[in-house]
Amino acid sequence: MKSNVGKLLSTAAIAATISAGAMAATLDDVKAKGFIQCGVSQGVPGFSNADSDGNWSGIDVDACRATAAAIFGDAQKVKFTPLSAKERFTALQSGEIDVLSRNTTWTYTRDTSLGLDFTAVNFYDGQGFMVRKDLGVTSAMDLDGATVCTEQGTTTELNMADFFRKHKLSYVPVVVQKADEALAAYASGRCDVFTTDKSGLAAHRTKLASPNAHVILDETISKEPLGPVVRHGDNQWKDIVTWAMFVQVNAEEMGITSKNVAKIKSETIDPGVKRLLGVEGDMGAQLGLPADWAYNIIAKVGNYGEVFERNLGSTTPVDLPRGINKLWTEGGVMYAPPVR
Amino acid sequence: MSEKTTSSNKSFLNDAANRALIFQIVLLAVVVFVGYYLFSNLQANLSDQGISTGFAFLNQPAGFPVLLHLIDYTEADTYGRAFVVALINTVVISLMGIVLATIIGVIMGLARLSNNWLVARLATVYVETLRNIPLLLQMFFWYFAVLATLPIPKNSIIFGDFFLNKRGIYSPNPITQDGFSVVIAGFILSLVASIALIVWAKKRQTRTGLWFPAYWSSLGIIVVITFLALAVAGFPIEFDLPQKSRFNVTGGMVLPPEFVAVLVALSTYTGAFIAEIVRAGILSVNWGQTEAARSLGLKDSLTQRLIVLPQALRVIIPPLTSQFLNLAKNSSLGAAIAYPELVAVVMGTTLNQTGQAIENIGLCMLVYGTLSLTISVFMNWYNKKMSLTER
Repeated sequence: MKSNVGKLLSTAAIAATISAGAMAATLDDVKAKGFIQCGVSQGVPGFSNADSDGNWSGIDVDACRATAAAIFGDAQKVKFTPLSAKERFTALQSGEIDVLSRNTTWTYTRDTSLGLDFTAVNFYDGQGFMVRKDLGVTSAMDLDGATVCTEQGTTTELNMADFFRKHKLSYVPVVVQKADEALAAYASGRCDVFTTDKSGLAAHRTKLASPNAHVILDETISKEPLGPVVRHGDNQWKDIVTWAMFVQVNAEEMGITSKNVAKIKSETIDPGVKRLLGVEGDMGAQLGLPADWAYNIIAKVGNYGEVFERNLGSTTPVDLPRGINKLWTEGGVMYAPPVR
Repeated sequence: MSEKTTSSNKSFLNDAANRALIFQIVLLAVVVFVGYYLFSNLQANLSDQGISTGFAFLNQPAGFPVLLHLIDYTEADTYGRAFVVALINTVVISLMGIVLATIIGVIMGLARLSNNWLVARLATVYVETLRNIPLLLQMFFWYFAVLATLPIPKNSIIFGDFFLNKRGIYSPNPITQDGFSVVIAGFILSLVASIALIVWAKKRQTRTGLWFPAYWSSLGIIVVITFLALAVAGFPIEFDLPQKSRFNVTGGMVLPPEFVAVLVALSTYTGAFIAEIVRAGILSVNWGQTEAARSLGLKDSLTQRLIVLPQALRVIIPPLTSQFLNLAKNSSLGAAIAYPELVAVVMGTTLNQTGQAIENIGLCMLVYGTLSLTISVFMNWYNKKMSLTER
């Protein structure tokens, strides 16, 4: 009886929140309340991380800021909700947040069965392994019999299992609820290996006592396209979040940065650039946004290259190589449909 | 005629029992309607949003590993089996925790009443420290501060075929061979014989007043007969010995540190509360009872066992039940330090992979509800049994 009552109550609570969250157009809600509620991680340097004053930074944070710049012309009109890996989808489904930008991998099951839609990819990642240098391991194939620490509630658990099964290697899994505690277990010697997305490995390595004593193995065992997620069924909102990302990639391709965008806007004769920056035509209206929406994204947040350098580049502690996240014109896979 | 009908109608509504019945029916209808409305609203909203529903996922392959499984389990097994594995882990840690916490609690409760100043003060320090620190913090303490100080696998502490390191306690794993059924048969036979002996001894004592050491004798019977059966079958057990490998110690049986940390934290924490309950129970028995027993010439041990304890238990059992229930529910905190119990496996990994929050959380609530109710029913039965001895 106790459990039945509990079930009924929780059903009621979830039913109430879902019905409240799903129906209205997100853009109208966001405009009415004056800010975007953005779901982020509980702290992954370079992706979404709060400093000691509570200011958030990272490329996932900038995805939300770009959307805010497009809607309000002000990149600061964002409030952040830190979420664990397993809370994140429920938070979005229930309407607690407007967009989930939390290094979340785009997979078939998530796209089709969760009532969610992935928008654009803002980081192409892949899962890797980190080990102590003194173990002398050079390849993931040497990991037979190792103990592996990972965070719970992510795609990494399944990738790890698939990798070891595929190569008939034995292993001991230690699955910890939160990333920081998984890392602590690895640091304490409970595990030989720590596994997550390679970007995450680089970010987490900066938190260890002596980062140089640990090495990230070359193998990439999975495809992890990361990007912002929205609720299924609100196409206008999905388009806004998607194109906020595409604008940044297009801007980098056209050589428009946050520093020269004002100058270019007043001087350009290129019709493509004029369309993008809202000098000619009214691209914004099709999304329900002001004409200078793309200009605001570039001016307030920057193009994709700037965002990457600021958060993950060689001047940051994370220091990730740009790799396949270079523009397609430079040998990477970052390619955005044109604005026209 | 019409007057009669009116009066009978009046009396029907005026009857308190009838009115109570009507209110009950109305209330039931409202509850059922609200429940139905919420449920159908949920169903409609979930399907509107394209979120999968139902329990079909339990038959899908899980794909993820589980650190500790007492039944066979591989990544190729289903979510349903992973659920059972987690359920067993939860039940095992709860039951072991309850037994250990009770032992610790009784010892500490008695120690607080000790005439020895040092023993009593140490017990007080134990109780006040452990029951005033949050349980989750204590789990982190045992896991990250205490057990992590053990050596790495390369420098394991070796004791014969036993290994001790950060990754757990490794011991030889007995594997039964052909002919082990003889041993099982012998064990069951000795068990039956022991019970018969205890029953006989009790009857004889009631009849003649003569005492027979039935418990010690039955222990002897079980050990001797089981050993004889082992010898007859030619010791049909082989041991899988743990061995050092490149990264770890492999083979044998392993008790992972997650299990140890959760068990120690749960039992010492709950033990502190039980100690106070035991102390209160014993103090509730009037000192005159002990004096009376002594003047009848009973030994101290018999005074405790026959006079004080049965009366103390009546006070102890009801709050003890609450502590047991708390312990079973607190075992869910094990998820934080990678112990693969129900919350970790079902509300963590399974929920994330299937995305079906309502089904998975519902399953967990059902399990904790059932587990708690089972403990409750058992303790209430025991409580009743102890109360009935009152004369």
